Amino acid sequence: MSAASSRPKQAPAAARQGEGVPVGAELMTLTGVSKRFGGLKAVQDVSLIVPQGSLTALIGPNGAGKTTLFSLMSGFLIPDSGRIQFDGHDITGRAPDINARQGLARTFQIVQPFAAQTVRENIAVGAHLHEPRRVAALAAAEAVAQRVGLAAMLDKPAADLTVAGRKRLELARALATRPKLLLLDEVLAGLNPQEIGEMIPVVRGIAQSGVTVLMIEHVMQAVMNLAEHVWVLAQGQLIAQGTPAEVTADPAVIEAYLGHGTAAKLRRQAAAVAGEVA
Amino acid sequence: MTDLQKELLRIAIFAVGVALLLNVLSSGVALNFVMMALYAALLAQAWNILGGYGGQFSFGHALFFGTGAYVQAIAQIDGGLNPWVAMPLGVLASAGVGVFVGALSFRYGLKGSYFALVTLAFAEVFRIVALSVPFTGAGVGLMVPLREGVGNMQFGSRRGFALMVLGLVVLALLVTCWLRHSRFGAYLQAVRDNEDAARAAGVNPFRIKLGAIALSGGFMGAGGAFYVQAFQYIDPGIAYGAHTSVEALVGAIVGGMGTLWGPLIGALALHVLADLTRNLFGQLPGINMVIYGVVLVLMILFAPRGLGGLGRSVRELWKGRSK
Repeated sequence: MSAASSRPKQAPAAARQGEGVPVGAELMTLTGVSKRFGGLKAVQDVSLIVPQGSLTALIGPNGAGKTTLFSLMSGFLIPDSGRIQFDGHDITGRAPDINARQGLARTFQIVQPFAAQTVRENIAVGAHLHEPRRVAALAAAEAVAQRVGLAAMLDKPAADLTVAGRKRLELARALATRPKLLLLDEVLAGLNPQEIGEMIPVVRGIAQSGVTVLMIEHVMQAVMNLAEHVWVLAQGQLIAQGTPAEVTADPAVIEAYLGHGTAAKLRRQAAAVAGEVA
Repeated sequence: MTDLQKELLRIAIFAVGVALLLNVLSSGVALNFVMMALYAALLAQAWNILGGYGGQFSFGHALFFGTGAYVQAIAQIDGGLNPWVAMPLGVLASAGVGVFVGALSFRYGLKGSYFALVTLAFAEVFRIVALSVPFTGAGVGLMVPLREGVGNMQFGSRRGFALMVLGLVVLALLVTCWLRHSRFGAYLQAVRDNEDAARAAGVNPFRIKLGAIALSGGFMGAGGAFYVQAFQYIDPGIAYGAHTSVEALVGAIVGGMGTLWGPLIGALALHVLADLTRNLFGQLPGINMVIYGVVLVLMILFAPRGLGGLGRSVRELWKGRSK
């Protein structure tokens, strides 16, 4: 795509790899992963390491390729080049159901409930992964529903849930598979501030229970609150990474979100305001 | 009592009730009606496993019916096998054909109307092959020699055959019940409702659908074997013609797809309707198919959840009123 190639290469992902990565053994490693759809380079040469036990975030403007990257990680898409390693195995091109069995779970940005079934039955599908017996799976579903605050809705059809409820259901179904790594795709999008406030402790609780969490999130309040480490994706490339405070101050990130030259303009304005005050 | 226990109790009551009814009934017409209604219910239940619980709409279930029927006939005539031995072979062959067609179409992600067309095409191909190869008797068909006796699966009365098909219907009810309370069934419904979400939860949709089509085909094959025993004759038109495919799917859709009792209710309702129209219009050939078509359109327009769903809507309406 012309827009992508005309943009200056701000920070090739490979060059920045290794700096500021949080401690812990690596659970998932992406090496030079690329994916194109026709002429569109959706994901270009992305390398990153998700450490065991971390709570990290992937941010970036709309259309940056975040969901595509999740689909590549979870096996719904196969990368054109690059390697994906998870829990010591090369899982490049492996089917999502096999990945799920290895402990790699994802949620969907556009929620995908089994609409005709109750909340309990929905979650039980996830629980069945490690629990062949129906009664036990339904019981496990109930326990997971408690954790994400869906206990009151257990016998309602999934189709009757609000947006917030459906997001919780996505989370619950993924959690019920007892994952090692949980990929959360915008579980806070479309929620009101109160609902976001309720959901943040839920996500933190999951991470504290030992599940490694990587989330795509637009709600910066949540990212600042939760994430230890943030990767920024813009036009398919990793342009920055670091703590939430570091990346939000990074001029490259501000430009990616607000347009070319914005960082400089903001600095000038800030300087002018400072001058007036003085 | 759990849902499972309730369902099993109802199945037991149904089985005992119909068996008693069959012992009380003496008129040949009435016995024949019950037998044919149960037979239609069996086909609808078979279709319901794949169509209702699996969401894969087949328009060619005659494929499995005909295979079961031909194996039943050929194994006796050419193989000299006892019909009780032939029947499991027919069921296995039908399940095998199901796995074959399923592997081809699900491997390439065919669903919806594409899957329906593939099954329809396969049924037609099998019909044409059956018309042209010698071992099916080609257009002349096959006659199973008359040798009455329970050991020969020829009961000499409609009552015996009705009891046999009742047994198959109860078996299908039990398998459907298992689908509703097992991991396989939960996975099947998950794949029906949302394949991507199912995959993310660790379900292999291909394997699950293959299991469902084998199960569905197996019951359809049992229906075919029953047909051969009850009527002692099979030809390519009966075996692989569209009539059987339509009967199976209309029964399930009219009664309520993806429900335990829907196919039974649907098949019964259609048989009552068909008998009424036969009295009204005389023996106008094909009139029941016209009626089936009209009923199908009306059901899909006004009661997509089937007769069972209609009953539920009325109950909900009633509850709403009385509040």
